[in-house]
Amino acid sequence: MIPAQFDLKRASSAAEAIALIGEYGDEAKLLAGGHSLIPLMKLRLAQPAMLIDIGRISDLSYIKDAGDHIAIGALTRHMDVEKSSIVLQHVPLLAHATSHVGDAQVRHRGTIGGSLAHADSASDLPATTLALGATYVVQGPHGQREIAATDFYKGFLESALAPDEMLVEIRVPKTTGGWSFQKFNRRAQDWAIVGVAAWRNGNASGVALVNMGSTPILATSVSAALASGASIAEASELAAAEAEPQSDSNASSEYRTHLAKVLVRRALEESTR
Amino acid sequence: MAGSILGNRVLRKEDPKFLTTGGVYVDDLNNEPLLVGALHATFVRSTVAHANILSIDISEALESPGVVAVYTAEDLGLEPVAATFNPTAKRTLLATGKVRYVGEPVAVVLTQLANQGEDAAEKVIIDYDMLDVLVDIEQAMTSTTLIYEECGSNVVFDSTALGMPDNTGDAMFADCEVVVKGRFVNQRVAPCPLEVRGSAAAWDKDGRLIQWLSTQHAQGARDAIQKSNGIELDQLRVITPDVGGGFGAKIGAYPEEMLLGVIAKKAGKPVRWTETRSESMTALGHGRAQIQYVTIGGTKAGKVTAYQMHVLQDSGAWVDIGAILAPFMTRPMASGVYDIPKIEIRTTSVATNTTPVVAYRGAGRPEATAAVERAMDMFAAEIGKDPAEVRRMNLIPKFLEPHSTAIGQTYDVGDYEESLNRVLAASDYTKLRAEQAARRASGSVKQLGIGVSVYVEITAGNSPGESAKIEITQDGRAVVYTGTSPHGQGHVTSWAMIASDTTGIPMDKIDVVWGDTDLVPKGGGTMGSRSLQQGGVAVHVAAGELVEQARKHAARLLEANEEDVIFDKAAAAFHVAGTPAVAKSWADLSIALAQDGGLVQETDYVSQGATFPFGAHVSVVEVDTETGQVKMLRHVACDDAGKVLNPLLLEGQIHGGIAQGAAQALLEEVRYDTDGNPITSNLADYAFISAAELPSFEVIHMETPTPRNPLGAKGIGESGTIGSTPAVQSAVVDALAHLGVRHIDMPTTPQRVWEEIRKHTAKGNS
Ligand SMILES: Cc1cc2nc3c(=O)[nH]c(=O)nc-3n(C[C@H](O)[C@H](O)[C@H](O)COP(=O)(O)OP(=O)(O)OC[C@H]3O[C@@H](n4cnc5c(N)ncnc54)[C@H](O)[C@@H]3O)c2cc1C
Repeated sequence: MIPAQFDLKRASSAAEAIALIGEYGDEAKLLAGGHSLIPLMKLRLAQPAMLIDIGRISDLSYIKDAGDHIAIGALTRHMDVEKSSIVLQHVPLLAHATSHVGDAQVRHRGTIGGSLAHADSASDLPATTLALGATYVVQGPHGQREIAATDFYKGFLESALAPDEMLVEIRVPKTTGGWSFQKFNRRAQDWAIVGVAAWRNGNASGVALVNMGSTPILATSVSAALASGASIAEASELAAAEAEPQSDSNASSEYRTHLAKVLVRRALEESTR
Repeated sequence: MAGSILGNRVLRKEDPKFLTTGGVYVDDLNNEPLLVGALHATFVRSTVAHANILSIDISEALESPGVVAVYTAEDLGLEPVAATFNPTAKRTLLATGKVRYVGEPVAVVLTQLANQGEDAAEKVIIDYDMLDVLVDIEQAMTSTTLIYEECGSNVVFDSTALGMPDNTGDAMFADCEVVVKGRFVNQRVAPCPLEVRGSAAAWDKDGRLIQWLSTQHAQGARDAIQKSNGIELDQLRVITPDVGGGFGAKIGAYPEEMLLGVIAKKAGKPVRWTETRSESMTALGHGRAQIQYVTIGGTKAGKVTAYQMHVLQDSGAWVDIGAILAPFMTRPMASGVYDIPKIEIRTTSVATNTTPVVAYRGAGRPEATAAVERAMDMFAAEIGKDPAEVRRMNLIPKFLEPHSTAIGQTYDVGDYEESLNRVLAASDYTKLRAEQAARRASGSVKQLGIGVSVYVEITAGNSPGESAKIEITQDGRAVVYTGTSPHGQGHVTSWAMIASDTTGIPMDKIDVVWGDTDLVPKGGGTMGSRSLQQGGVAVHVAAGELVEQARKHAARLLEANEEDVIFDKAAAAFHVAGTPAVAKSWADLSIALAQDGGLVQETDYVSQGATFPFGAHVSVVEVDTETGQVKMLRHVACDDAGKVLNPLLLEGQIHGGIAQGAAQALLEEVRYDTDGNPITSNLADYAFISAAELPSFEVIHMETPTPRNPLGAKGIGESGTIGSTPAVQSAVVDALAHLGVRHIDMPTTPQRVWEEIRKHTAKGNS
């Protein structure tokens, strides 16, 4: 419960943070809101020797209407996303899903970039942005590149971010039509045992699963079935087609599979209403 | 009591401090002169559940930043000590020879700063030779691997060895028309006080050990600490700062606490220690942890005639108080509120490679109630009758004279049917059943479950009494010294109310002192719902005696006969009948007695026996039959704690009790993997309940005063937990009763509920 010793340097810009990562290499970790990293350090599951604090890079905290999409700075706190009128108007699913992250204290500290970069399949926002077809903008020593959410998640807490890159912006296409976020947990502030983020607009839909494998899962079979005229009941039977749910102390893989079907069905019913 | 403050909703005197500047806990003692320059202790704990210790290498740890010393049992010269409840079992306070559970202290690291300890502790290299690990009670009972070899068995305590009769098996049920059997797991839970354990030890210039401790019972801890330090009682002072919860787990003194003085002496410096939450989850004792084999039998009409249970109590890796709760608390209360002519209870306590089991809110009685309440429900289901009705048929009728049960327990007073009637009426039970029927008929996904429990428990049973001292200061204030030890209960308010009620001294001029063994050398602490009925009563008696004592002094000062001296409570002064203008106030008397030791009254109140609080709870839950999710909709509780001193404090105890009981029914469980590794050692993994999971509780009052003390008060600290746990659990089962579900073990997690649904339907099987 007490982290191993570490040093801390504060970066005032993305470029400075990236330079510091270059300097300290493997020993360094970016610190944003600290609400995933610090718990890991307290349990000594992570023992970085150097933390690079990016939490005060204020020009990476913004929410902008960018025409066909909205652009969110990586250091934007969950609470700002949840309450943003731009997000509420154009991507209500994201605002709503964000309101389910932990408790108010967590949402005032945690950042959207930290949540996505952490790449925890049990977190709410990786799956939500995946369902929404988001694109992540990352910056490295040689400039910026875009990574589609569908290409970002590589494995358990593993992403397509190179060691010397940082996430700077999240671009989320505007959505119209119905949406739903289903979070199944035991206690109000718990992570999801299984969660579903879904939107639907006629034949088009996006459905992604929380905590149904080592990465957030895009349930493409469900969307394909809906597109080809399947009923919600039929489509939701395919909920876990792409998933590889793990068994843990909260749920067996079989139970997770069952939950995914029920929750996808409920999510689609809500999105279609 | 007209004109009395007793019985009123008096706001807690202690709250302004807690809500503004906050409490001062052990870890906050930064301005304590004796602790200047203190070192910080971090215990090196076993990371394996059962192993021989081959070697302990401290060399690398000694090099770690800030390290001043590292001690093992050998360095401190520790000798094996016998377990109180089974002296054959012996251990050293830092492990030697072998370790028996993950979290057991093996060595201690002293560092300059508190946060340097964990880094250093990690560098103590312990070489282990692994032994077979016993996590499961039933496996441990039959295993040839022994946790305490010298005991010759992992069974460390058995009721038959105490001369209590063994169970006779099914023969007892030969004349029953209906017999139902069950195996219930009353799972292991973690007490989780918000303040973890902590202590600080300093030897003063006179060679006295001063030890601050987060405890429920300073005087008991003092006796244990005295022994471990090998000193005389007067060489030790234990001081209790504010304590952030205990729930029974902070009754005794733990190895770390018994050693802190020894460590400080060896180091030649004061030492401070606060455990982390992860440590607390494995090294603070756990609670419950029983497997219960139950048989209940009776007539088809619903009369229960025979009840038998074999309790397997998990004792964990030591023979602590948890090992004796089953024979001395669960067994005598096993038939609870029911008039059951034939009863047999055997209890077997078993050592396992897990955290030792201690007392936890209810300590043996919630387990008894849960077993008989589940059995009643299964019996009712078997004969197709309403569970509330079957209960009513079997309740012991109202009694105001002592009543003895078949197992040999004598209860003080009881009116169980009235408490059941009140909760059934308040919950609108008939309407709830109608709504349940409607939901069943419509095949709704969200099914309604209604759980009923009726309970009686025992409080202050093994406690001889309590002492109190009241001292009047020269400015007319009263200082109440009590042997109880509040840590959330509100004694500062309650004891002030009691003292004020008799002395007329306003509550804001009454201070309450506890938990410092120099100031209060005698005391039984706060546990087992004993405080008001013993400690509060002692204050009440002392206050009465103080008035009589004062009357004598007043008579002398007023040059009158004692009989002619009137005590005017409203004026808080004494005067001669007819001349109220010439009065002696408490301050006057205190000043007058200054040369003669002041105005002080001390009382040893001797208990007139245990009291038996009782009540009934109705819990209403909604079960999502597709997911197994349980939502508590309502909880109605009628708890009769006798005469109520302060309804506000009473309700606080009931609310907390219901929450903890519901938490056990729905969420909480300490779990280990098969290697004995704890997998619930933080509050993310351990499903500690929060307000969001709970409905607003409906508390129905009922007062049947006990004749066993002058305040008529029984205990209320644990009742809520005892009544709520089975009501909530049974509500979950009841929601699925129409599918044929008869029992689901606690915690009724969504997965467990879903599996039951699936087992009983084709529909849940998608
Ligand atoms: C009690 C509690 C409950 C929670 N409940 C939930 C929940 O229900 N659902 C949920 O989804 N989450 C939950 N969280 C996690 C929370 O959302 C975290 O805030 C979030 O996951 C991480 O964001 P952060 O800014 O705190 O990241 P940090 O903890 O600072 O960093 C996380 C990781 O990402 C890296 N990182 C951070 N920012 C960047 C960046 N811009 N570029 C590259 N790498 C970066 C860090 O180096 C680190 O490895 C909970 C957390 C707590 C403490």
